[in-house]
Amino acid sequence: MISIRSVGKTYRSRHGEVVDALDDVSLDVREKEFVSIVGPSGCGKSTLLKIIAGLVPASGGEVTIRGRPVREPFPDVGFVFQNAVLLPWRTVLDNVMFSIEMLGLPGNDYRARARDLIELAGLAGFERKYPWELSGGMQQRVALCRALVHDPSVLLMDEPFGALDAMTREEMGLELLRIWEERPKTIFFVTHSIPEAILLADRVVVMTPRPGRLARVLDIALDRPRAVEMEFDPRFKAYSEEIRALIFRPRRERVH
Amino acid sequence: MPAPLGIIRETWEWRWRLLGHTWVTLYETLAGFGLSIAVGTPLAVMLVYSPVLRDAVYPIVVVAQAIPKVAIAPVLLLLLGAGEVSKVVVAFSVAFFPIVVDTATGLAATPPELLDLSRSYRASAFKTFVKVRFPTALPFFFSGLKVAVTLSVIGAVVGEFIGSDKGLGYVIVSATSYWKSNLAFGAMGILAILAMALFGLVELVERLVCPWYAVSERDAGAPAGR
Repeated sequence: MISIRSVGKTYRSRHGEVVDALDDVSLDVREKEFVSIVGPSGCGKSTLLKIIAGLVPASGGEVTIRGRPVREPFPDVGFVFQNAVLLPWRTVLDNVMFSIEMLGLPGNDYRARARDLIELAGLAGFERKYPWELSGGMQQRVALCRALVHDPSVLLMDEPFGALDAMTREEMGLELLRIWEERPKTIFFVTHSIPEAILLADRVVVMTPRPGRLARVLDIALDRPRAVEMEFDPRFKAYSEEIRALIFRPRRERVH
Repeated sequence: MPAPLGIIRETWEWRWRLLGHTWVTLYETLAGFGLSIAVGTPLAVMLVYSPVLRDAVYPIVVVAQAIPKVAIAPVLLLLLGAGEVSKVVVAFSVAFFPIVVDTATGLAATPPELLDLSRSYRASAFKTFVKVRFPTALPFFFSGLKVAVTLSVIGAVVGEFIGSDKGLGYVIVSATSYWKSNLAFGAMGILAILAMALFGLVELVERLVCPWYAVSERDAGAPAGR
């Protein structure tokens, strides 16, 4: 469905140096696939998401979605960021409806859908609450509803649970899977957490930094629905070790 | 130093005339304050949206701010006469800067994620301004207004000091020259009350217009989404 063909990104820093953010990244993603992207900071994960969304042009290569090249922002995506970035002057429901308003879609047609999503995300009864009345995890659920309310086919998530505490984070990951199984989307899920990447995804893309390159793409053959206990599965451990080795080996080599 | 009771007694004796002078100063203050909002807010918007304008105009705004207003007030009086207009302009000139700077800061404080989101939805710049940037900037705008309103009282009084025949600044100058220090202190007291009342009024409007900000401040947590 989404095809990334030798995408590269170079930009000029403020001091005039040329920085290679991404180099020759190629990846084919199927419809409704869950893809995790892991890698250390500075491997261009976020840049890759922005290129897929058409927010940032690639310096080389091309991204196509259902055969159509991405050249500008297109509204068939939903975004979830590390911070919920909700609008503090809007209630939960109005924050979810923000997407509909910005897209210029008729509000009346989507309000029921927004309420359904809020319920699906476990926030029933909180429609009229303001963001400051919610915990960090709940705020992120609202952000997820906002990203899904216009029913996009692609969901781009940039370390969505990175700002949450470890327990909330685990819970949110499984919640996301539950919602995804009800409303299947093609998901790009950027994370720093190797176990999170494995637990959630159909495939894990491992990237190395400076310039950001694909080190390997792993198929995760764990059954669905996923559960936290799968972390004790020997296959889980094997994936984890393989990813760890890919990420940390080049660094050690540089030190010696 | 005059005794507090003496100040109160003499202020009371002069109450009707002081009321007239207070009205003049209030009027000059509000006119200058209003003018600084009317000019400062659109200017801040332009500074944030146009890098060219920012580079061209911002230094001028800063230089204008660097000139002591007490120093240009006599020149303004020469140009505009000793009437109320010159006081309004002095009040405007001191109130203008905090409004421009704070509003511009507020408009630039929109989380970049929200701008990316708006862009990804292909929302127009105007829609993004109305629904995202402007409300985000409101608390900053109000903190600028709170500084500006007290400054515009000072500006109006400075203008009156330099040359006028009415207003509380005029009362202070003429009372001291006749050794009527009780009356001078009384006028100062009224000025302080005036400035505090205007400050309180702006704060009240702020609470009505952006209640989410007041609440998140009270909770001592950062406003949600920052």
